[in-house]
Amino acid sequence: MTDSLLELKEVSIALGGTEIVRDVSFNVAANQIVTLIGPNGAGKTTLVRAVLGLCAISSGHIQTRQDLRIGYTPQRLRINAHMPLPVLQFLQLAGASRSQVVGALRETGIERLQGSAMQDVSGGELQRILLARALLRKPQLLVLDEPVQGVDLGGQTELYDLITRVRNEHGCGVLMVSHDLQLVMATTDSVVCLNHHVCCHGHPDQVSNDPAFIELFGARYAQQLAVYHHHHDHDHDMHGNVVPGATK
Amino acid sequence: MEELILRALGAGLLVAMITGPMGCFVIWQRMAYFGDTLAHSALLGIALSLLLAIDTGLTVLVGAICIALLLAWMETSRRLPLDTVLGMVAHVTLAAGVILLGLTQQGQIDWLAYLFGDLLAVSWRQVLQTALLGGVVLALVCACWSKFVALAVDSDLAQAEGLAVKRYQTLLLILMAITATTAMQVVGVLLVTALLIIPAAAARQLAKTPAQMAVFASIIGCLGVLAGVAASYHADIAAGPAIVVASFCLYLLASLKRA
Repeated sequence: MTDSLLELKEVSIALGGTEIVRDVSFNVAANQIVTLIGPNGAGKTTLVRAVLGLCAISSGHIQTRQDLRIGYTPQRLRINAHMPLPVLQFLQLAGASRSQVVGALRETGIERLQGSAMQDVSGGELQRILLARALLRKPQLLVLDEPVQGVDLGGQTELYDLITRVRNEHGCGVLMVSHDLQLVMATTDSVVCLNHHVCCHGHPDQVSNDPAFIELFGARYAQQLAVYHHHHDHDHDMHGNVVPGATK
Repeated sequence: MEELILRALGAGLLVAMITGPMGCFVIWQRMAYFGDTLAHSALLGIALSLLLAIDTGLTVLVGAICIALLLAWMETSRRLPLDTVLGMVAHVTLAAGVILLGLTQQGQIDWLAYLFGDLLAVSWRQVLQTALLGGVVLALVCACWSKFVALAVDSDLAQAEGLAVKRYQTLLLILMAITATTAMQVVGVLLVTALLIIPAAAARQLAKTPAQMAVFASIIGCLGVLAGVAASYHADIAAGPAIVVASFCLYLLASLKRA
């Protein structure tokens, strides 16, 4: 693929003698949203850290386009409670000017937070701030580790919409970690289902029907997903027959 | 004013200017033990300088920088928790220093000055040395400010954004070694951490940004030195401890302001 930004080939990662990730291959192209999904402890964050060069891989290859600019939002920020840090200053640490920072805050819908202390913002606001910081890097690839963590359900949908809008406007590739496929179904182009190795991989519809996925997450969850997704284009009557045209 | 007071003020104010910003990093990165360890290791430097008949100040400084590099390396290898490593290095170097001092048959070092500082005894040469070292530390802290802050906020995020985290972390540790060594002259081995932490903690109560906190910490430290030296001169009390107590009073005042 010529517009591939990131390509993983049979990547394995061992930490302290334990193999966390085995033979993982996938790629992310420009304009494409790829979601890494899997249960807790499946190695999602470890894999992301390897992509960012924060942890070494034991075998395989991670190839990135030359001079790839990556914007990264970590799962959580370990910011010290005793550092007085307004949002504006936090964002300027990305090497951006004040006007660029204000622009990024406007894009993520949190302009009013400029002067707030980083320790005082809510979970949803923090995720938007982190996304703004990632955008200030003018990224070709966004790497988002659990971007809706600590956000209520309504806020989660808004955040995913924002991520889609950012992708559309900047044309960047997105590699996103999530443990809930339900919400990302509509947003994502490709799903990599990870449980130390790649269980299945493909379009969200395809993955939610894959036996490996159903085994990992349980039949009930997979069924819910299917129902949820179908809501988008048609409805069912009481017998489960498709009612044409009754879109929601 | 007596020249002795001028020298004391000169050295004290110079040290307070650098312990301000460095103390902020001690608080932000939870490095309180680190300053302690560097100060404790100084005795080994003193003993070595007596044994080899070389300049004490220089030996202690080089020794502290070596310890800083050793700690930077041990932090990456992560075989033991950092506080365990620091506690071990601090006390092993202290013990080795005491043994070496015994071997030199020159056990008569001024323990009180070593433990609590002897600001009124500094020479012009020491003031000049402090100015030089302080200037280097301040210049580097200013030049690397946003990088050091990015590191303190979240080192993973900084590294993912392309910052050479390891390099700046090591540089910060070296600067901390220089700061601890110069601060020792003013307040002695036991009070170095106090001089680093108290003005920065007071500044935390008043500051809105990281840079403000660093500048306020320097100013508060300088006020503490002025008050401490004045008290020492008029009431004939030890200057180092007087500076620490005065700084703590400023901390209490700052807390009131915030509350």
